[in-house]
Amino acid sequence: MIEVRNLSKSFTLHNQGGVRLSVMEGAEVSVAPGECVALTGASGAGKSTLMRMIQGNYLAAGGSIRIGGTEIVGADPRVVIALRRSVLGHVSQFLRVVPRVPTVDVVAEPLLGLGLPSDVARDRAETLLRRLNIPARLWSLSPTTFSGGEQQRVNIARGFIHAWPVLLLDEPTASLDAGNREVVLTLIEEAKARGAAILGIFHDEAARARVCDRLVDVTGFTPSKEPSERVA
Amino acid sequence: MTSAMTLAETSFNFAYLDEDTKRMIRRAILKAVAVPGYQVPFASREMPMPYGWGTGGVQVTAACLMPEDVLKVIDQGADDTTNAVSIRKFFQRTSGVAVTERTAEASVIQTRHRIPEAALTEDQILVYQVPIPEPLRFLEPRETETRKMHELEEYGLMHVKLYEDIARHGTIATAYAYPVKVEGRYVMDPSPIPKFDNPKLSGNAALQLFGAGREARIYAVPPHTQVVSLDFDDHPFVASKADHACDICGSATSYLDEVITDDKGGRMFVCSDTDYCRGGQ
Amino acid sequence: MDLSHAPSLPILSVRDLVKTYGTRLGCGPISFDLYPGEVLGIVGESGSGKSTLLSCLAGHLAPDQGRVLWQGGDVLTLAEAARRRLLRSDWAYVHQNPRDGLRMGVSAGGNVGERLMGAGARHYGEIREKAEDWLGRVEIDPGRIDDKPRAFSGGMQQRLQIARNLVTGPKLVFMDEPTGGLDVSVQARLLDLLRGLVRQMGLSVIIVTHDLAVVRLLAHRLMVMKGGHVVEQGLTDQVLDDPQHAYTQLLVSSVLQV
Repeated sequence: MIEVRNLSKSFTLHNQGGVRLSVMEGAEVSVAPGECVALTGASGAGKSTLMRMIQGNYLAAGGSIRIGGTEIVGADPRVVIALRRSVLGHVSQFLRVVPRVPTVDVVAEPLLGLGLPSDVARDRAETLLRRLNIPARLWSLSPTTFSGGEQQRVNIARGFIHAWPVLLLDEPTASLDAGNREVVLTLIEEAKARGAAILGIFHDEAARARVCDRLVDVTGFTPSKEPSERVA
Repeated sequence: MTSAMTLAETSFNFAYLDEDTKRMIRRAILKAVAVPGYQVPFASREMPMPYGWGTGGVQVTAACLMPEDVLKVIDQGADDTTNAVSIRKFFQRTSGVAVTERTAEASVIQTRHRIPEAALTEDQILVYQVPIPEPLRFLEPRETETRKMHELEEYGLMHVKLYEDIARHGTIATAYAYPVKVEGRYVMDPSPIPKFDNPKLSGNAALQLFGAGREARIYAVPPHTQVVSLDFDDHPFVASKADHACDICGSATSYLDEVITDDKGGRMFVCSDTDYCRGGQ
Repeated sequence: MDLSHAPSLPILSVRDLVKTYGTRLGCGPISFDLYPGEVLGIVGESGSGKSTLLSCLAGHLAPDQGRVLWQGGDVLTLAEAARRRLLRSDWAYVHQNPRDGLRMGVSAGGNVGERLMGAGARHYGEIREKAEDWLGRVEIDPGRIDDKPRAFSGGMQQRLQIARNLVTGPKLVFMDEPTGGLDVSVQARLLDLLRGLVRQMGLSVIIVTHDLAVVRLLAHRLMVMKGGHVVEQGLTDQVLDDPQHAYTQLLVSSVLQV
């Protein structure tokens, strides 16, 4: 489902004398349906950069990224938008929402984008929020006021509300207590069981060992002549 | 010409305006007749009376008058109010035409705020005095924009005005200068006649001319032209009047003025059209 | 792969649009496609040409050259009557200042009803019902239907302007800094409302703003303008997080982080 071939990334810092930083070369990753692959490597090695390119958030300098057969390097923005809507799910570490929108609507939004009726979307959102132990009294509040752990769980609920064929997970168990960590790992296992291709960054080694089938070390994609000083 | 005229008085051209000016106004009138309801700009002249006293109507009347015409002038239906008397005198002095108070005898009738009750004929011209010719002005003050709206038949705004009436008063409260659509095309301000008179605008045998002096506009409703009062399906136009009969002539169908007769609340209702009232007695 | 959510035909195509003011370039040449349901953000600082571009697209300014293709025809060659009809039926324009987009002397209901009456609605009860429905949809108490806009707060006025524009179910909406004059908390409410309406009505939107936070939350796609030219365009979050052009990098790095 995810096919990354010979992918490279560079940054040109126009406002710092036009310095061109090559941060990745020859990256190769593939993830099959039902498989969970973890990206590893030291901090700054390029795990997030690679994830962001697959998500379409960073532009690749060269190479190929195919999601379910659709090429996204050089693709029209609306191709990426359509992919994100129905194929490519994503759990980031950061919650970016319109302030004041109730948590339940934040979680339900991807389903509304897919054209589901709002009561169905809300039902599903409430089920997930309950499962992730977000107290019902918080559902009608904006998550912008929540604690880090609560925000993380809202993000996870949003990322798992639709059965995306492809899932990108950035530190899904970070800042979670044991109980919620268990819920998230179970969600990942369920996604695998229904055939989702999952690519993730897990600093939690035990979690990684439990859900991941393979590891890909991105250190090998660091350009030889450039020090990897650019932290994405 | 009457022999009583002095030398100074005869030094006026017939009907005050010079012939070139009359020709200019007649051209505007012809264009207005050709495009019913459309406001034709004209080079409005200074007249020896203040704006608001019917300078537009006077210029249109002057351009229409022929020596053999018989002129009637009414203000609010009456021949004997200040405005009517002074305009009648003005034309007597400057043209010497015959004048009358009888609607049926007049060939040209200049009016302010009324249409005579008696049916008019194809041999008559009714000249209205118009203060504000642009019906869209109240909601759209830009003249460039209102002209564009007329050009493109964008008349939704006129219904906004009626909508506001109903929203505020529960019914279309506009009682005079009630907007109409002429021959299915132009929306027109019929001058401040009571809406009771609106039905008489439509299919009228007489030529109806409208003159706005300050704003320099002339428009017309030719004989037998369809004129429709704007309304909503669920709030249809109603030509209302006071629910009384005339206390003088007893007419139950003519438009009435309410006259206060003393300071104890005494009042009576009388025909606003004084000639009609006399004829009915 | 199911990409059925990516419509294949653009709803609006702009080709080589140029507007000059004497010898000075307003904007152009500019070409782009807008697809159904897509929100396109145009960002840039004052004088970048973004407002000129919007005015040319919406028919408020006549461009010197170019084509604006809508439903198979060039809008720029339409007769004025047809163009104005388009502007009050399938197209809509939300001004930055609600006073420019509302009739301040007309009640909220009259403001919302005007486009309906312009389109030939002649039933007072139905017009009023629709106006009440739309006031509710933009979160204005329908009980205030007979109040004049000047009795409303800035945020309410802006929501009223949006209701007035959307009541005829337009397909394409132009917005010029719609959150410009509003308090931050009011902005958020408006953004949420707009997102919902875009989704429910399948609106295509072209929104001009200098506020990068607004486009991040509202726009699918971004065009960055400078000196009348589009210097960069792409997916909104990609342009903001991985800007390629020197000017975009400067623009993004100049935003105060909250």
